[in-house]
Amino acid sequence: MIKNNNIHWQAIEADPRFQALHRDKNRFLWRMMLFALIYFFCLPIATAYFQPILTVKIWGVINIGLLFALSQFIVAWCIAAIYAKRANAEFDARAKALIDDAHNIKGLI
Amino acid sequence: MKLKSFFGAVFTTFLVLSIPAHAQGAVASEYRWLTFLVFSSIIAATMYITYWASKRVKSTADFYAAGNSISGLQNGWAIAGDYLSAASFLGIAGLISLYGYDGFMYSVGFLMGYIAVLLVIAEPCRNIGKYTLGDILSFRNDPKKTRVIAALSTITVSIFYLTAQMVGGGVLVKTLIGIDYEVSVIVVGALMLAYVVFGGMVATTYVQIVKAVLLVIASLVLVTLVWPPYGFSLPAFLQAVVDDPKIQAQVAKLLGTAASNMSAQELGQRFLEPGLFLKDPIDQISLGMALVFGTAGLPHILMRFFTVPNAQEARKSVVWAMAIIGGFYVLTLFLGFGAAMHVGPETIGGIDKGGNMAAPLLAQYLGGGENSLLGNFMLAFVAAVAFATIVAVVAGLVLASASAIAHDLYVNVIKNGNASQQQQIKAARIASIGVGIVAIVIGMLAKGQNVAHLVGMAFAVAASSNLPAIFLTLYWKKCNTTGVVMGMLIGAGSAILLVLISPNMTYPQKMVADAKIVLEGATGKPAIEAKPSEGIICEFFTFCQKAEPAKPALAALDSLPLQIILIASAIDHDTPIEESKQAQIKIDALEKQIAKAKADLTLFSGQKTSMMGLEKPLFRLKNPGIISIPLGFLMVILFSLLTRDKRSEKLWEELYVRQNTGLHVEDVSH
Repeated sequence: MIKNNNIHWQAIEADPRFQALHRDKNRFLWRMMLFALIYFFCLPIATAYFQPILTVKIWGVINIGLLFALSQFIVAWCIAAIYAKRANAEFDARAKALIDDAHNIKGLI
Repeated sequence: MKLKSFFGAVFTTFLVLSIPAHAQGAVASEYRWLTFLVFSSIIAATMYITYWASKRVKSTADFYAAGNSISGLQNGWAIAGDYLSAASFLGIAGLISLYGYDGFMYSVGFLMGYIAVLLVIAEPCRNIGKYTLGDILSFRNDPKKTRVIAALSTITVSIFYLTAQMVGGGVLVKTLIGIDYEVSVIVVGALMLAYVVFGGMVATTYVQIVKAVLLVIASLVLVTLVWPPYGFSLPAFLQAVVDDPKIQAQVAKLLGTAASNMSAQELGQRFLEPGLFLKDPIDQISLGMALVFGTAGLPHILMRFFTVPNAQEARKSVVWAMAIIGGFYVLTLFLGFGAAMHVGPETIGGIDKGGNMAAPLLAQYLGGGENSLLGNFMLAFVAAVAFATIVAVVAGLVLASASAIAHDLYVNVIKNGNASQQQQIKAARIASIGVGIVAIVIGMLAKGQNVAHLVGMAFAVAASSNLPAIFLTLYWKKCNTTGVVMGMLIGAGSAILLVLISPNMTYPQKMVADAKIVLEGATGKPAIEAKPSEGIICEFFTFCQKAEPAKPALAALDSLPLQIILIASAIDHDTPIEESKQAQIKIDALEKQIAKAKADLTLFSGQKTSMMGLEKPLFRLKNPGIISIPLGFLMVILFSLLTRDKRSEKLWEELYVRQNTGLHVEDVSH
């Protein structure tokens, strides 16, 4: 089923550079994803079960609940910025190196 | 020339259809010309885009994916255009104006959904897919089976979303400018078909961009008018919200007897605290799950990633989309609170129960009120943007379903991939027309139905069916055809079934009881002691007792006709004009409720059960996500582990290398 015999997908997958790339990428992505999910679900959980904390006023009439909801936006933007920065600076270059070298990776097959 | 005359014809038809003699809308009749001027300019601009785009659509790639020619920035705006439907543009501002904090909380979930899109979906999908969800799933799974199931899921999600847009749009346009519901459904359908059939993805993309830009401009203008009196200070602005008597009255109304010993300041402050709209904690978490996981499975959003040339641009487009969508939701905070202060929750809720008129009415007020030229111009502008929003979102959805039918079902399943470019584009256009006509018919049939839950349902199905299938196909080696097919069927099926037995459906006995309370009043109820839960399952289903807190005694409630008499008797010649005007607004709103209760009583008194044959809901939650999403994931995993599929295993390395690196056969130098 593999359409092009010049590319040995199994060999590229087994290549240490690819393994390192996918390991670094996954570790980075899952950490961010997990953090974002936990942070987000804290909001409905807090509004449901910890309302007294959210109603504490901090800045004039602004309470912790409003600041927490607004902070979700900041967190979302920060995650986007951090991911984009690392992907642009690092992951893209490492993937490019693999692509450029793809026809040389033959492995033992 | 043929094309030009077609566009001319559509345009003229719209103008002729939209000048009804007896029209009644938010715009005063002497300013109606202004509305049509603004509407015509925006529609003419989109028609020109379509005409220009139609000359650029030559291949299938042009039709489905705009020839991969869209840049990251452009695509970011187009995603925002696709996503900021009338529900989120007008709906969230409306919810904030009626319920304060809870309305804003809604928008957080809509934005957080993009984190999953950015981190795990956008780039791999760009690297693997071509035009559709079916392309991604069929890469390593059995091509025919997964294409059929992917197409079915795409069409299901799109139809739910589309129905909500068509019905919501029809009602909205009627409220705003007084065009008949049926006419507005046909006009939305015809315009959308013109964009999709002639301009394909090229026209759809640029229409989305124009619409998103107009939407952001409109919101920015409103915010720059509503905020300066408070010196651009957030605490000062919110202090004014707390001090506003109209808002305090709204909170008192929402809280009922619980508000009796609260001071005016406390009532106002309560508007900035959670719990006025979203009351069931588990339902809130369930909705949050549907929003956060559903966005990444929406077919019309996925499709947008095929329009950019590579994964880097796909990444850039999500980052831009998050900036635009998030920024927009922050603006809605000001629009919602501004509308609550200047227009008042009573008036907003009186015109439309969901609060959809908050932003347009605020625009009218800020421009100088209902009798000023500028006020009506601004109302017309916001209305026209809302209209363009509906048309653009529907166009995106129709294109997604049409591509599933033409590309997945017709070309790849029925014709085994053997179709020329001409045949494929023809199939895509015919499918678009078919889906468009279905959309118009559904819009007509669903007139007067409650469709608000359909958007939540579309997200729930996308999260329970599409996301588990895409995610596990891309990241889990053992995932295979049977897992994907069964997971999608059970995920989508359970989500739909749970909604059908949920409180979202219409239960005649409850409708009759509610109508009787409105017309005849209610007797007081004694206090209820707290009840313990009979088990975790009881939190979800109604056949046993869930945990319930103690409830204070309820005072007897006057019937609405009696309330009207009481309000009317309080007004006499000495009452200040402003006060009697407010009283009249209250009476109008109450009379509307009475008319609705009377209609409900005649409509439902003969019936006993809902369309599913139930006397009361079996499922407690409005959103099924908390059950159907884990179920969808579990089923993909379970059936993948139970079966073996050589193709899914054999192509894993190729898929995994490609999704991570973007390596294509044509990239490799030989």
